[in-house]
Amino acid sequence: MPKDNSTVEGGIGAATVRREDIRFLTGDGQYTDDIVLQGQTHAIFVRSDVANGVIKSIDTSAAEAMPGVLAVFTGEDFAEVGGNPAGWLINSRDGEPMKEPKRPVLAHGKVRHVGDAYAAVVAETKEQAMDAAAAVEVDIEELDAVTDMTSAIAGGGLVHDEIETNICFDWGWIEDNRAATDAAIKAAPHVTTLELVNNRLVPNAMEPRASTADYNKGTGEYTLYTTSQNPHLTRLLISAFVLGIPENKLRVVAPDVGGGFGSKIYHYGEEALVLAASKKLKRPVKWTSSRSEAFLTDAHGRDHVTKIELACEKDGTFIAFRTETLANVGAYLSNFSTVTPTFLHGTLMAGNYTVPNVYVNVKAVFTNTAPVDAYRGAGRPEATYSIERVVDMAARELGMDPIKIRRKNFIKPDQFPFASAAGLEYDSGNYDRQMDKLEVMIDRDGFSARRAESEKKGMLRGLGLNAYVEACGIAPSNLIGILGARVGLYDAATVRVNATGNLAVMVGAHSHGQGHETAFPQVVAEMLGIDPMSIEIVHGDTAKIPFGMGTYGSRSLAVCGSAVVRATEKIIVKAKKIAAHMLAAADTEIELRDGQFSVAGTNKSVSFGEVALKAYIPHQFPIEEIEPGLEETAFYDPANFTYPSGAYACEVELDPKTGKVTIERFAAADDFGNIINPMIVTGQVHGGIGQGIGQALIEQTAYDENGQLLSASYMDYAMPRADDLPFYQVNHDDGTPCTHNPLGVKGCGEAGAIASPASVVNAVIDAMQSGGKNVTHMDMPLTPSRVWEAMNAKGV
Amino acid sequence: MYNFEMTRPSTIADAVKALQDEDAQALGGGQTLIPTLKQRLAMPSTLVSLTGIGEMRGVCMSDAGEVCVGGATPHAVVAREASAFPGLAALASHIGDPAVRNRGTVGGSLANNDPSACYPAAALASGATIITNAREIVADEYFQGMFTTALEEGEIITEVRFPVPEKSHYEKFVQPASRFALVGVMVAKYADGVRVAVTGASEEGVFRWAEAEAALNANFSADALDDLSLGGDDMISDLHGSGDYRAHLVKVMTGRAVSKAA
Ligand SMILES: Cc1cc2nc3c(=O)[nH]c(=O)nc-3n(C[C@H](O)[C@H](O)[C@H](O)COP(=O)(O)OP(=O)(O)OC[C@H]3O[C@@H](n4cnc5c(N)ncnc54)[C@H](O)[C@@H]3O)c2cc1C
Repeated sequence: MPKDNSTVEGGIGAATVRREDIRFLTGDGQYTDDIVLQGQTHAIFVRSDVANGVIKSIDTSAAEAMPGVLAVFTGEDFAEVGGNPAGWLINSRDGEPMKEPKRPVLAHGKVRHVGDAYAAVVAETKEQAMDAAAAVEVDIEELDAVTDMTSAIAGGGLVHDEIETNICFDWGWIEDNRAATDAAIKAAPHVTTLELVNNRLVPNAMEPRASTADYNKGTGEYTLYTTSQNPHLTRLLISAFVLGIPENKLRVVAPDVGGGFGSKIYHYGEEALVLAASKKLKRPVKWTSSRSEAFLTDAHGRDHVTKIELACEKDGTFIAFRTETLANVGAYLSNFSTVTPTFLHGTLMAGNYTVPNVYVNVKAVFTNTAPVDAYRGAGRPEATYSIERVVDMAARELGMDPIKIRRKNFIKPDQFPFASAAGLEYDSGNYDRQMDKLEVMIDRDGFSARRAESEKKGMLRGLGLNAYVEACGIAPSNLIGILGARVGLYDAATVRVNATGNLAVMVGAHSHGQGHETAFPQVVAEMLGIDPMSIEIVHGDTAKIPFGMGTYGSRSLAVCGSAVVRATEKIIVKAKKIAAHMLAAADTEIELRDGQFSVAGTNKSVSFGEVALKAYIPHQFPIEEIEPGLEETAFYDPANFTYPSGAYACEVELDPKTGKVTIERFAAADDFGNIINPMIVTGQVHGGIGQGIGQALIEQTAYDENGQLLSASYMDYAMPRADDLPFYQVNHDDGTPCTHNPLGVKGCGEAGAIASPASVVNAVIDAMQSGGKNVTHMDMPLTPSRVWEAMNAKGV
Repeated sequence: MYNFEMTRPSTIADAVKALQDEDAQALGGGQTLIPTLKQRLAMPSTLVSLTGIGEMRGVCMSDAGEVCVGGATPHAVVAREASAFPGLAALASHIGDPAVRNRGTVGGSLANNDPSACYPAAALASGATIITNAREIVADEYFQGMFTTALEEGEIITEVRFPVPEKSHYEKFVQPASRFALVGVMVAKYADGVRVAVTGASEEGVFRWAEAEAALNANFSADALDDLSLGGDDMISDLHGSGDYRAHLVKVMTGRAVSKAA
């Protein structure tokens, strides 16, 4: 459905201002913490201040006796309920299933990271709960912490005694290609080897996590208000795995949610605790995370240590990529922690290239740190960064232009669909076209003059660029089922036409910054020829929406949007039948245009509104042939992933005296397929690049050897601010449509974060090299002190 | 936060009296103290707010040609009104963000003496006099190591007098997360000599760099610093930079401050 066919004002392709922003910007949003229930009580968690230790005893009697205290819970109270499971089974190379130690609601027997909750206090007020939490007496025998992956593997202490190893799995992809890849590398004329770290990130959603549970003793029904990206998934995990509350007795509501970036995909123990406490107390129980708790307990992102080798011919033709990665999963397996470093990473390790051999080995490692899981991009940023850094390094070693070496190996437009050596089938793309645009956007021709200007001021200047391809629109259920997924990743939509002709569209995707409330109506309006403002999106409440899988992996439009299209198509089919009846014509004669149903070749027509009214006031209605009402549901399971791609460039100025890097230019040429709302897409790219630049330059998550988080507040954890970022040039015109979903869309939510770190680092290396410093690589974040240290290291 | 009482005296005398209460604590702009209370790291019984004391607010010139800043004057006011001492006004204008500058006060900053704060560099580089309800303290005797000052329990900074230099500049290299000074150097040139004060760098808090002062007295130009070097051993070493890096930055920032001094 290309945008130039758009006939409706505000339909597909319109840069409509996001309607939901008005309530967010004027303070009228309703977030979980804003929900105040009659008689609500407050939970505070008592968290470990050591990274590894045996809980010898917990004495809650003093806390229980304190004013306002209603209940104190410990791990003992949840010993009988289930653990919070991993959503994806990964098998090791030897066929053994991964190690899955139980992740309890509250730590029991042992604490495994700083911030691990071992008790919770519920009191009348938050202050009373805090006072009582401080009075919970615990005796923890501290053990040596395992914080570093190399020592965790080498046999330091154990994070989970019962599994007798810190290695969760040792995964090979594609294992059958291992020998061929090894042989190809051995025989290759040139091999570039790079060891790198993909730095751990704290997600830092603007709204911290919060959960309020409300048990209704009259109906036996629980309602959980929670900061979730996927209320049905949260319900499923709680019902089927953790507390065993029947799904029909649990309603999960994720109201306005202030950003997630992955960290709110997962079910967390706090949700289970407030539910259990509400049942016990027969009162609502509320918990809202502090920012300090968020730093310690939200699932972190990235944290890979990788060795990558690129084998190529002397002319730069790629022969093989071989990767060995250690992926930190932290102290417990968060829900998607096992798929993120494997199938969301290894399958992308052919990049944009026709390279014939790819082999990836990933060992997932338990450590005494916060759990690590998907964070904007999830596995794909790690893949892009590794590939695009080593390609840059190879170009430098071979004396080749970094664009030429990439173009030489790009999959060409006429090669699609293309079966990559890492096991995916890319449906569409045009990598050269994005690179063409990029060269113009960044003004590559003017770079040497700009460099000369910088050098006159005693500064260095560098230009870095990269390509990327990612897999999103996750995911085809049949395929992922074979690969170990324990869920399906379809989505669902119900289109309800009201009697007066306006619509409610209930969707499984959840919007927490993505703009669904604006973009989805554009699609429906386009299809029906009606005003988008007559369409309301309903999301985030299991009692209102069909069973969908939520928002992550840039899937909302590609998967849920496709379900919206399918449901709307069903509406059109039925509406045409009704119109045909009203116009005394055959269904096949009815055409829908501009919101009017007309009989082809005549001037007889009825409006969409008249048909809606007829559906609900079915007088003189053929009830034997057509049911009353106008409401349809569709589930959509994608046939393949979608493959957004593109090329990014970054130009930096580096102060060699201080190591400070300033981004002077940044350009992003993206292929997202068809575009529904270009303004929202631009915004998504801007945000993603901000996060990518944050990762590349300043975001640093540091644990000390005792497992204490050193960067546990904004005093030490640097988030990018407006003046850290340049004005971006962003272009997503001329996309190649996705070939297998009805809208031809690919997804744009993560690309910015996936693609940008490599160009930033490539640019800084280029700047250092231009200053005569032989630094071939340095690990992110490229903070001033780290850059200065790298430039002033011995032998550089 | 624990519960506390709050008073808002309108005179210094009343404030001093209120602070005699055990566990009473002065509240300036609250930009350091309130976050501390929120984390339950302090438990004062009473907060004595100083910002309602008219005689402690505002910027003026003394007969001796000093810029006099009331102890409860917010940074934003100093940035706007201390134009007689441009180096000081510029320093104030780069503290934190607008919200911090509209609340945070010079008295609070100097009383707290954070090793990465900006005002201590201004006070020390200008040889300021810290006036309290009880006495006058010269800057060289006031700063006594990180978070430590010459102030007695319950003593209030009512005013700070900054002698105006011929030329000055504060060069701040920010810590990427907090944007406090990773290293900040204030250089001030007076008729009777150059003073160089360094914040952010040392384990001992703000200090004067005597060698640089001597070199600049002979030749007030960045080149004069070429042969000098500082050791990193006594410098702060953390996530944001090693002691050696900080020592290096002190020299770079001093040179830049000299070049930009106006
Ligand atoms: C986000 C942020 C960024 C910041 N960035 C910077 C920066 O870049 N550079 C910088 O220098 N600072 C920075 N600050 C600190 C800021 O300048 C504070 O204003 C300052 O540290 C404390 O001043 P206050 O008036 O807020 O004091 P308060 O927080 O109210 O008090 C601090 C301490 O001083 C005592 N006190 C307050 N006033 C007096 C007085 N008149 N006499 C005696 N004792 C007193 C209090 O009892 C308390 O112990 C930042 C703060 C924040 C929150």
